[in-house]
Amino acid sequence: MTNSEKNRLKDKAFQVFGIFCTFIGLVVLGIFLFDIILEGAKRIDWDFLVSLPSRRASRAGILTAWVGTIWILLLTTIIAFPLGVSAGVYLEEYAKKTKLANFLEINISNLAGVPSIIYGLLGLEIFVRQMRLGSSLLAGALTLSLLILPIIIVTTREAIKAVPRSIRDGSFALGASKWQTVWHQVLPASFGGILTGIILALSRAVGEAAPLIVIGALAYVPFTPSSPLDEFTVLPIQIFNWTSRPQEAFLTNAAAAIIILLIITFMLNGIAVYLRNRQQKKIKW
Amino acid sequence: MSKKQPKLEARDLNAYYGDFHALKNINIAMEEKNVTAFIGPSGCGKSTFLRLFNRMNDYIDGFKVEGNILLDGNDIYQKDVRVDELRKQVGMVFQKPNPFPKTIFENVVYGLRIQGIKNKAVLEETAERSLRDAALWDEVKDNLNKSALALSGGQQQRLCIARALAISPSVILMDEPASALDPISTAKIEELIYELKNDYTIVIVTHNMQQAGRVSDYTAFFYMGELVEFNKTKTMFTSPKDERTQNYITGRFG
Amino acid sequence: MRASEKIIEGLLWLSAVITILITVGIIWVLLSESISFFSEVSIIEFLTEKEWTPLFADKKFGIMPLVAGTLLTTAVAIAVALPIGLTIAIYLNEYAHARLKQVVKPMLEVLATIPTVVYGFFALTVVTPFLQQFIPGLAGFNALSAGIVMGIMIIPMISSLSEDAISAVPRSLREAAYGMGSTRLQTSFGVMVPAASSGIVVSVILAISRAVGETMIVAIAAGQQPRLTLNPLVPIETITTYIVQVSLGDVPQGSLEYKTIFAAGITLFIFTFVLNNLSFWIKKKYQEKYD
Repeated sequence: MTNSEKNRLKDKAFQVFGIFCTFIGLVVLGIFLFDIILEGAKRIDWDFLVSLPSRRASRAGILTAWVGTIWILLLTTIIAFPLGVSAGVYLEEYAKKTKLANFLEINISNLAGVPSIIYGLLGLEIFVRQMRLGSSLLAGALTLSLLILPIIIVTTREAIKAVPRSIRDGSFALGASKWQTVWHQVLPASFGGILTGIILALSRAVGEAAPLIVIGALAYVPFTPSSPLDEFTVLPIQIFNWTSRPQEAFLTNAAAAIIILLIITFMLNGIAVYLRNRQQKKIKW
Repeated sequence: MSKKQPKLEARDLNAYYGDFHALKNINIAMEEKNVTAFIGPSGCGKSTFLRLFNRMNDYIDGFKVEGNILLDGNDIYQKDVRVDELRKQVGMVFQKPNPFPKTIFENVVYGLRIQGIKNKAVLEETAERSLRDAALWDEVKDNLNKSALALSGGQQQRLCIARALAISPSVILMDEPASALDPISTAKIEELIYELKNDYTIVIVTHNMQQAGRVSDYTAFFYMGELVEFNKTKTMFTSPKDERTQNYITGRFG
Repeated sequence: MRASEKIIEGLLWLSAVITILITVGIIWVLLSESISFFSEVSIIEFLTEKEWTPLFADKKFGIMPLVAGTLLTTAVAIAVALPIGLTIAIYLNEYAHARLKQVVKPMLEVLATIPTVVYGFFALTVVTPFLQQFIPGLAGFNALSAGIVMGIMIIPMISSLSEDAISAVPRSLREAAYGMGSTRLQTSFGVMVPAASSGIVVSVILAISRAVGETMIVAIAAGQQPRLTLNPLVPIETITTYIVQVSLGDVPQGSLEYKTIFAAGITLFIFTFVLNNLSFWIKKKYQEKYD
């Protein structure tokens, strides 16, 4: 074999390896989802969705968990949406190139890299103890809001950046003030992108268990929360709890709950992708 | 030139981008209800100069102005001048059509809406008048609620002109308004400029010399940040005084 | 109208500045509880003691076993994610059609969107039993399964950041390599990867930072036994798992045990903080080089 033939062979071999690597993760994921559906699907029925937790695996349900998850999603949106978008608007439209903006930018990148469990410790000390919110939905939502704030800020900035300069010029030239331009032109034009970012951030929040465990969210809550100051659990914590039990039947419960959690996660991601595609199609500058 | 109060005036004007001296000692006075064309090679400062008259350069980092810009004899760079009020008097049309991603109607009435005008009759009346004045009404009157982005480039540019007219300015600044358009659309815009000068003072930046010759009453030639020559368009094109002007007009550089 | 503009700008400013307060809050919370911890336990013991048993009668406060557990799972994860992620990046850049790239990239991102409890479940109930067929000594809880699954999770992180770095290499370099008759493989490893090396290093550092802070996978599948070992087959405990373990129990606030989670937390925070800033620093240096 000549040298160049050898090289070509190596090249081909790497190509095959490349295809293998590209799909190995997806194949493993596929196997896993299949395994989970096989194990969990049979457990999902109406009773499972509307039953309270129980010591007996066959009677236990996820009512408190999914209601808690929905509560957390709503509260987190209410808190993080205005805060994150405002901060993004400030950094992109008002504070360009100042020293403060530079520092804020570095700080936000840093926050994005802080492990979620550290946010849990922050929430435990500030919201649970200092603000005396206890291990409530509100404390949980505040903690998760801080966690996803960097994501919302970064995606808001990206979306705003995509609005062409000429639109702002056009608005200013008609006598609009900075805020009028932001409110009437920049935000509507970037809304699709901002919404996409928020939904992606929420899909991150919906799967978080660690920070909520640290602030004291419990696995066993015998009632559904009715106000933001009630104690709560969420799906990931319920899954964690069931996974940690030795009995096989609880693993089946965990698999069933995972299916529900994945449906929520994929739905959120699906909406985000749909919005992004629609946005890209709708506006051609 | 006549002795009456000039509409627009610049006195000993210098402008800088950081260390770059973009406009050097410019003095010019433009009369009411005339069309003045700014010509010159790319980077000569003509667009920068145009944008001083409605303070569009305010947002550029490191940009600095010295000297005076006067509108009806009042310095528009005084501290107590409100930029939004100034821009209601001095409208602007940009090089590339930049309609907002909204309906045609909302584009035209945007300037009124941000002034807080909500009266539907007023808005509709203004929209129709402005669109008629911009020679667009007949083409869009049945589609006022369609997206402005669906219009052709030439229509978009006339929409941008209508949008500027809607807030009743006295001056309209045009920054190469036809450079992104096809010849037929360009002709329509030029016709429009000819109509508009009955009511408005117009300043147009162009690097198309024929266009300057066709639409303007006066022409100012800029070169490397200096105002080289300013005169009646006819005079300037037939007997330029400065050699640089002559070279530019005869196409020796540009 | 001008006043309202100022008020709005002020509110927007406040929202942005809150992000600084978050950082200040994190550091303050971690520091204040840790300082009170270190007034009872010497920092020397914390760093040199080889056992971590704060929840037992015979209390020892050596962070080393938790650090070792964290680094062990992280090492396994990177050993999985780096070769696979980097190969994907090269394959998508040099071999795959643009259309395949368009389809595959978002599909890989799905791996990063799956909640980590789900990965933990996977590690415990699928990967460990599977590996036990080949590795007889493998315990039910171990660093290996948790690390492998964590590695799969962070593949898209390495592949997409590395891919960005490789595609940012100027075309002329690649064309020069092909022009001299290099194969795609030679071009990739001889020219593209070295030229994109700082970007690839950044992706790996960020992946390490992510793995160090990962909680649920290790809490579910790696065990809760602090142990100073490099053996991936036995149960260990990571820093994050310890924090979860204490949070689930009934440790009274203000007790020394309670303060341990903040001491563990600040250790974790320092690790990720250093890694993240290292990556920013490299990224900045690299960008200046190309401008």
